[in-house]
Amino acid sequence: MGIWSCLGDNLEAVKKSLYEGKSGIVLDPQRKDWGYRSCLTGKVSTPQLKGVIDRRARIQLSEEAEYAYLSTLEALKNARMEQDWIDKNEVGILFGNDSSAKAVMEAIDIVRAKKDTTLIGSGSIFQSMNCTVTMNLSTIFKLKGINFTVSAACASGSHSIGMAYLMIKWGLQNHIICGGAQEINPYAFGSFDGLSAFSIRQDDPTKASRPFDRDRDGLVPSGGSATVILEDYESAVKRGAPILAEIIGYGFSSNGEHISNSSADGQVRSLEMALKDASIGAGEIDYINAHATSTPGGDKAEAIAIDQVFNGSKPLVSSTKSMTGHECWMAGASEIVYSTLMMQNDFVAPNINFENPDEASAKLNITAKAVDKKINTFLSNSFGFGGTNSTLIIKNNTHLQK
Amino acid sequence: MTKDLIITKINEFLVEEFEVESGKIVPDANMRETLDLDSLDYVDLVVVIESNFGFKVVGEDFINIHTFQDFYDYCYQKVSQKDAA
Repeated sequence: MGIWSCLGDNLEAVKKSLYEGKSGIVLDPQRKDWGYRSCLTGKVSTPQLKGVIDRRARIQLSEEAEYAYLSTLEALKNARMEQDWIDKNEVGILFGNDSSAKAVMEAIDIVRAKKDTTLIGSGSIFQSMNCTVTMNLSTIFKLKGINFTVSAACASGSHSIGMAYLMIKWGLQNHIICGGAQEINPYAFGSFDGLSAFSIRQDDPTKASRPFDRDRDGLVPSGGSATVILEDYESAVKRGAPILAEIIGYGFSSNGEHISNSSADGQVRSLEMALKDASIGAGEIDYINAHATSTPGGDKAEAIAIDQVFNGSKPLVSSTKSMTGHECWMAGASEIVYSTLMMQNDFVAPNINFENPDEASAKLNITAKAVDKKINTFLSNSFGFGGTNSTLIIKNNTHLQK
Repeated sequence: MTKDLIITKINEFLVEEFEVESGKIVPDANMRETLDLDSLDYVDLVVVIESNFGFKVVGEDFINIHTFQDFYDYCYQKVSQKDAA
């Protein structure tokens, strides 16, 4: 695994932030000049890649592809997957991404000012396409397997892992780099802010993202990149790879309803499909990393869906978006990284700012404090505009140890 | 703009934008080989010329540019024409 997020630039830093319940949310005053209703945002470190990778590769990277390069570099290192080995094997890439607004807008600004498309420069096209992450990383790391981008709004990262899981399960691939990336600039979130979807609790940024809390008033946009490397068991053992966990279930559904409103019915179908695929009962889930973004309607629908499916077993629930904000296209992958870190280190990260439940969230076992607990199996939800739902179930590695 | 100033600016942007060691930029050296230019790089060369000297290169002009000296001469000629206009 690898991570580049507002909770830290590497797994160790992120693990510490998760345990301490540290928020990565800040106020970006520049957004006020842009006409934003809310200036709240997650803040990630700016990558410095000059001198790290060659010019041709570097100028083709969009903001989110830079984040993805760094999270993937960490993941490859941790997976002990070196370039020599990659060169001799068929490694694929499936990454979630659903915009590259900054690159597009900067190119359009140049054309409008100069009236000449040549002056956009050669890097822009490779930064501007939704597949900017997969096209660039497959080139940099010289990958020879499956290679495409999954665009599914805020479930993109989760579906990318689900797709990789299916490809490996069906024997089509043995090794796939997957994850999700999200740009974090003002170009990317203007239209989302325009829907009044963002929290305006600007006087206290770290308190703004409060999933499931009665007084939540909207999400906080965020971004970065998360990478997980999936392999079939035999290949991983043969390679001597450190096996962190096993994906045992993937569920998905489409609401078939409203474009932006959540649907508990659609989410229930995704949850039940994942449990069925994993061949386990709801009582075997120790922890749920909820999608909950801190919007009034979305969190309510998810609380209803979780309560319906898990009624009786009451697993611990938290939304790490309380600390990260909503990492959108990246979230489904980053939350697998966050939850796996918890599983490796025997704790459940807090749903910070959860002070008072509402009627729906009162029925769940939500923890506002970090809990020391052994996790055998966790479930992670991701839902997106258009009614796309994705649920992943991950089991720890104890049954895989030789 | 003097020719010396043009040469200085060209060498500066080649080092900065194309990450070539300054010692490799010598007048008689082959520019394409020294900078390892591919078709995409020529687009970026058009961009830096426009932003530094204010004129747009047409692709065919590159056909006759082989050495750095050819490039200096070409830019000086274009800048002079522009200044005279």
